[in-house]
Amino acid sequence: MSNNHLLHNLILFGRLLRALGMDVNPGRMIDLVHALEHVNLARKADFFYTARCLLVHDRDDLPLFEQAFELFWRAPRDKTIFDALFKFRPEAADHKPIIAPPPLQEDAPAGGDDQTEEDDDEVQQVIEVTQTYSTREVLRRKDFGDLTQEELHAVKQFMAQMVWQLGLRRTRRQRPGRGQRLDLRRSLRRNLRYGGELIEWPSRQFKYKPRPLIVIADISGSMERYARLLLHFIYSLAEGLEQEVEAFVFSTHLTRITRQLRGKEIDRALAEVSREVTDWSGGTRIGESLKTFNFDWGRRVLGRGAVVLLISDGWDRGDPVLLKKEIGRLQRSCHRLIWLNPLLGSAEYEPLTRGMQAALPYIDDFLPVHNLASLEELATHLQNLTAEKRPSRRQQLKLSGAAFVKDR
Amino acid sequence: MQIESIDQLQEALRGRHYVADRGLATAVYLALKLQRPLFLEGEPGVGKTEIAKVLADLLGTELIRLQCYEGLDVNQAIYEWNYTRQMLHIRLLESRGERASEAELFGKEFLLERPLLQAIERSKTQRPVLLIDEIDRSDEEFEAFLLEILSEFQITIPEIGTIKAAQPPVVVLTSNRTREVHDALKRRCLYFWIDYPSFEKEYDIVRAKLPHAADQLAEQVTYFIQELRQQDLYKIPGVAETLDWTAALVALDAQALSVEVVENTIGVILKYQDDIEKVNGETTKQILDRVRANA
Repeated sequence: MSNNHLLHNLILFGRLLRALGMDVNPGRMIDLVHALEHVNLARKADFFYTARCLLVHDRDDLPLFEQAFELFWRAPRDKTIFDALFKFRPEAADHKPIIAPPPLQEDAPAGGDDQTEEDDDEVQQVIEVTQTYSTREVLRRKDFGDLTQEELHAVKQFMAQMVWQLGLRRTRRQRPGRGQRLDLRRSLRRNLRYGGELIEWPSRQFKYKPRPLIVIADISGSMERYARLLLHFIYSLAEGLEQEVEAFVFSTHLTRITRQLRGKEIDRALAEVSREVTDWSGGTRIGESLKTFNFDWGRRVLGRGAVVLLISDGWDRGDPVLLKKEIGRLQRSCHRLIWLNPLLGSAEYEPLTRGMQAALPYIDDFLPVHNLASLEELATHLQNLTAEKRPSRRQQLKLSGAAFVKDR
Repeated sequence: MQIESIDQLQEALRGRHYVADRGLATAVYLALKLQRPLFLEGEPGVGKTEIAKVLADLLGTELIRLQCYEGLDVNQAIYEWNYTRQMLHIRLLESRGERASEAELFGKEFLLERPLLQAIERSKTQRPVLLIDEIDRSDEEFEAFLLEILSEFQITIPEIGTIKAAQPPVVVLTSNRTREVHDALKRRCLYFWIDYPSFEKEYDIVRAKLPHAADQLAEQVTYFIQELRQQDLYKIPGVAETLDWTAALVALDAQALSVEVVENTIGVILKYQDDIEKVNGETTKQILDRVRANA
């Protein structure tokens, strides 16, 4: 392969990667050309690793890069490889139908193709029963689930304008200010003018930063009336808070939607979320989903005193023992675990479902999320989370029912 | 030592008991040749920090290590003035009826070099290896000034002036991914994700690091750990745990694995009670059966 030919192909390859959504710029490509001078091009593996360590800087992009490399440098080049490649790119999967959150009427669960383990009739029936029951529950009060089209529109507008603020956390970084710690550097400088007599004692104080926020929302069948508005709510949080918000949704499995929500206009963000999530209105497996969260994401996003919002009605079809274990682990790994339950808005509601019973002892705050008033309450609550210490977690020692009554 | 090819580097690392696959060797080689920082990411205990140590040994230079933590600031990472000495100096001059001048007080003899400044200062005579360990534990503020230093390799101290590295040090950054490090920083580096090793590679590592372990034991331990990584564990054991465990078993004079031996020493490899409960007698027995069938 002549040098010119190689250069030409490299440029094409760079364009391809960029088109696939990877962060590759001309500067990087020039670096790669320089790097290749040190490598024996006859060895394909060396060429591959050289390109990879210069062009990829996120583990999540590694498989995509590998596929692109394989196809570009090994297969005969024609248009089909581009088509083939775009299938790997989740955002560009245009052939996939958009599965939107269901409209406000009773439909069969839409995400049937993703419930391989649950596809038998029995489970399907259980889900339907859950749905009808939840529907009756929801219909008993006027809340998010009962809004007419106009009301819905107004609520969305209102959500977009809500101001969110999250309590601060004391970081371990210090800066000049009125604190307990002596700032020796400034002390010496200041006192030089007194000829070495120590007269002024400047000090340093800790810096405060907003806590990270993680939202995990249930979009299963029983929550379908809320799903769309909840996404609006999460979007409003992500947009309104100065820190980054990590967002996840689940029904039978957990999907991270942080990337889809970030920096986009709302309709586009929600369309991308709809495309990404494959289990809208499916069954509910809170325990399983939290386990995925704890194993795959917990260590990456829960550091630095994070606050977790878990939004669900607690209708869990999974194993309550697993749920108990995983929610306990989640609580221990975060600063505060807040469960938002749309059903809690009703005076008659009691958290008697198996799932709720298992989870209650591990929840720091149990709050309603069924109408705008409850959202405002939540906003105040989040703002007041200034306590430097974790909330006391005596609840764990008591029976869940008692803890619930006490906390309300 | 002068490194002229990837093969030579791989061989040299091997000679120092570090088994690097082709991909890692390529990344390290390029970091040396292109004088770029190397960003290593991976689960704990896969040998990220170790490579910096081995590299320093191999190049015959000094290893300068900066352990990151939240709130790490200029005073701890770059330089600090030796206040006690400055104070004493002021007093000393005072007793002689003199007054300390500023230039005198902020001279190099009162400067405490911290790792980043050290790395730049030392580069005048050699090319040291600068290890910036667990960058994910630091915060955005530190990342920002690190970014500046890694692009220019120069530090400005207001009282003294700008100090520039004669040649860029070999920089190795490691991260356990407990937080996403900012893209701007990663973009400046060569990126490599170190995965858990294959059976062959891990066996190689055990043999290289612990030549005293009996063949059968080394093989069984490696196979057992490889099997454990397939289990649904909260914290999967790394290579560091494999080595610790082998060393523990050698110390206990074990020749082969048995349910009892595993149960007595499981704390060396599993650090969560949930995980230990999961790998109870029955699971251990099943894994051991597979180990015996394969090893």
